Amino acid sequence: MNSEFTPQENVARVSIDRRSFLMCALASSAALGAGELATPATAAPRATAAATQSDAQFTFEAKFYEKLPNRKIKCKLCPRECIVGDKERGYCGVRENRGGIYYTLVHSRVCAAHIDPVEKKPLFHYLPGTTAFSIATAGCNVNCKFCQNWDISQSRPEEIPAEYIPPHQVAAVARQCNCPTIAYTYSEPVVFAEYLMDTADAGHAAGVRSIVVSNGYMQHDSLEQAYGKMDAVKIDLKAFNDSFYAKVVTGQLKPVLDSLVTLRKMDKWTEIVYLVIPTLNDDDEGFRGLTKWIHTNLGPDVPLHFTQFHPEYLLKNLPITPVPTLERAKAIADAEGLHYVYIGNVPGHPAQNTYCPQCRKMLVERVGFTASQMLIRKDSTCPFCRHPIPGIWHA
Amino acid sequence: MPNLRGKSRRNFLTHCLTGAVALGASANFRGSAEVFSPGAQSRVVVARDPMLRGAGAAAGQERVDPRRMEALLDRAMLALFGGGHAAAASPESIVAAWRNIARPGDAVGLKVNTLGGKGISTNVELVAVVCERLQQAGVKAADIVVWDRDTEELERAGFHINIGGDRVQCYGTDRVDYEDYLSAWGSVGSCVSKILTRSSSVLINLPVLKDHDGAGVTIALKNMYGTIHNPNKYHPNGCDPYVADVNMLPEIRSRMKLVICDAITAMYEGGPGFKPEHSWKCNGLLVSQDPVALDSTGWQMIERKRAEMGLKTLEAEKRAPRYIATAADSEHRLGHSDPSRVVVVEA
Repeated sequence: MNSEFTPQENVARVSIDRRSFLMCALASSAALGAGELATPATAAPRATAAATQSDAQFTFEAKFYEKLPNRKIKCKLCPRECIVGDKERGYCGVRENRGGIYYTLVHSRVCAAHIDPVEKKPLFHYLPGTTAFSIATAGCNVNCKFCQNWDISQSRPEEIPAEYIPPHQVAAVARQCNCPTIAYTYSEPVVFAEYLMDTADAGHAAGVRSIVVSNGYMQHDSLEQAYGKMDAVKIDLKAFNDSFYAKVVTGQLKPVLDSLVTLRKMDKWTEIVYLVIPTLNDDDEGFRGLTKWIHTNLGPDVPLHFTQFHPEYLLKNLPITPVPTLERAKAIADAEGLHYVYIGNVPGHPAQNTYCPQCRKMLVERVGFTASQMLIRKDSTCPFCRHPIPGIWHA
Repeated sequence: MPNLRGKSRRNFLTHCLTGAVALGASANFRGSAEVFSPGAQSRVVVARDPMLRGAGAAAGQERVDPRRMEALLDRAMLALFGGGHAAAASPESIVAAWRNIARPGDAVGLKVNTLGGKGISTNVELVAVVCERLQQAGVKAADIVVWDRDTEELERAGFHINIGGDRVQCYGTDRVDYEDYLSAWGSVGSCVSKILTRSSSVLINLPVLKDHDGAGVTIALKNMYGTIHNPNKYHPNGCDPYVADVNMLPEIRSRMKLVICDAITAMYEGGPGFKPEHSWKCNGLLVSQDPVALDSTGWQMIERKRAEMGLKTLEAEKRAPRYIATAADSEHRLGHSDPSRVVVVEA
C-alpha cells in the first residue's frame, strides 16, 4: 500500500460533541427522523400537526425565476420552466409561488444525512478512500421510474421527516466527523440549489469541499452558478436517446448533454454514471453513441461508470442487469477510446479498479465502496510510467 | 436508502409481515364491490336554485340558505336515483336514495376541495347536508370523515376540525399521512391518503366547478389529485393521461360511489386559485355516479359561461381537458364522455 493513502477512521470512533454525535448517529441510522414518528397501526389522526419545525425557517426566495403577469412566475432553474400560478408548486414539489414570489421550501430542510465513502457516489477519481457527509432534501425535477430513493425524491417536503440544519452547521458536522467533503445527493440537488450554494460557501470557509450527485437537468445559468461552487460533480446520464428520457425519466436528453459540456468548459471535475437497465437502455448502438459523444465532446479521460440496475419503484418488473451486459458496454466504451470505464454495483469486479491507460497497471484497487489500495502519486501520475492520471487524488 | 414512509424499522417489519398492506389494513375498509361501472348511458343531474343564497341576499352575500341547500340536494339525489320530484318526496324516499350510496356499517369519506380558500372551496353547508343525509341512511356520525390534503386548508375554507369522539370527523391527510406503499396504474405511481385506505369504505367526491390554467378544468376527476402524495408530478401535458390514471388507482376506483359537484360559486377563467373577477354565482349542484360524464357536463357549462363572457374556448386556448376523453377510453372505462351516452337531467 502506498504510504500516501490513509483510510479514514471509522465514524463510530470519531470523538465529537453531543449534537454532532446525534447527527452522526442519525446518519448511520440512514435517515433523519427514523424511528421518531411511528406509523400508527390504524389511521388514528394526530390531534396536532406533525411538523415540529416552522415552515418559515425553510422558506427562502428562490434564486432562479422570473415574474410574470397575474402573480404567475416562470421557474428558470431547470429546462422544464414551470409556469406556476399563485399558491401552486412547480413540478419538483419543493418550490411554491406565494403571491407572485417564488420560494424554495427546502432550504436547510434535511431529510437524509449519512456519512458515505465517496466511492459510493460514485466518484472514483476524487479523494479515494475518504468520506463525504451526505445530505438531501425532499424533491426532484424528474420522475425516473427506477428511482431508488423515490420516498424522498418524489415527496413534498412536508410529507417526510426533516431536520433544520443550516449551512454552517452542515460544515461544522462534516469537519467534526472528519469528512473532507460535503455531498449533495440521494434526491436531486438541483431542486435545493440555494441551500447547496450556501452550504458550499460555508463548507469552503471551514475547509470542507463540496461534491454533487445530480441528473444535470438544469438551465445553463443555474448550473454555472450552483455547480460552479462544487469541487467535483457526478452526473447521471440516464440514457442516450430522447425517447427514454421522455418515457422513463420525464425529462430531456439534450439539456443534460449541454450541462456536461458546460461543466467541461468550467473545468469542473466530472464523472458520468450510466445505469444500464435491461431492455430499456442496454443496446450496443446506444452504448456506442454515448461513448462516441463523450469522446468527442468531453475527451477520453472522463470516467464513465456502467452500473447495475436493481428493480425499484415503478420498474420492479425488470431483472437485475446481467454482468455480461455491463462488460459488453465497457468493451464498447474501451474500444471507442475512453480511458476510464468502470463497472458499478458489482462488488469485486475487476472493472471497479483504476488502471493506468498507458502501462495498464492497477493504480487504485477497490473492494465494494472501499479503496483498499491507492498508488497514484501526489503529482497525479502513475507511479510506474508517470503517465498523468486525471482527477483530484489528494487533499 | 430505507423507506422513509415506513418511519421506523419496527414498523417497516410490521408492514412486511402484514403482507398485502396494499389491500387495506382492515378488510372493513376495502372498497365496495358495488363500484360504479358505466352502462349504456350515464345520468348527470344539474340542480339549480337561483334563490339558494336567500331571497333577501345582499349583493356579495356568500352564505347559502341551509334549508334551500337541503332541498336542492334532495331534489338532485331523487332525480339521480329516480325517486320522483322532491315536492312529492317523502323522508323515506330520500333515505332510500342515499342507501344507494352508503348503508349502516359503511365508513364514508367525503373528499372536498379546499385549495381555493373561502372563495372557491366546497361549501360547508352542502357538506353538512350530506353528513345529515348519510346519518339518516344509517351511517354513524363518527364513521363519516370530511377530508382534504391539509387540515389548515380545511379550516381556511370554513370547516370545523374534529378528531375523535362521536361526531363527524374532519381533518386533512397531514394528520395521518399517506400509505407507505406505492400504488401504481399506467403512468402514475403514488402513495394514497390513509384517510381513504383506512377510514373509508365509500368515497363521495365533492369537488368544485372551476377553470384550471393547466388542465383546462378541474372538477371531479382532478379532485382525486388531493388523495395522493405527489400531485405535482402529474401536471405536464394538461394532466393527460395522469388524471385518468390516478382515478384508476384501485384504492380510489373501488371506493368511488358518488360525485356531488359544488357549482354554487364557479369559475370560468383564472383557476385554480380564486379570482373573484372570473367567478360566477351558478347556484347549482351537479350530481352523478359517473365522474367522467359529470366532468364533461361541467366542462360544457364552463364553456358556455366563457362564451357568454366573450372568452375563447378552452380548445382555442390549447388547454381543452383531454384527460376527460382519456378517462372514458377503452383502457380506463371510468365513465362516458360521449354526449350521446350522457343524459343530463335538470332538476
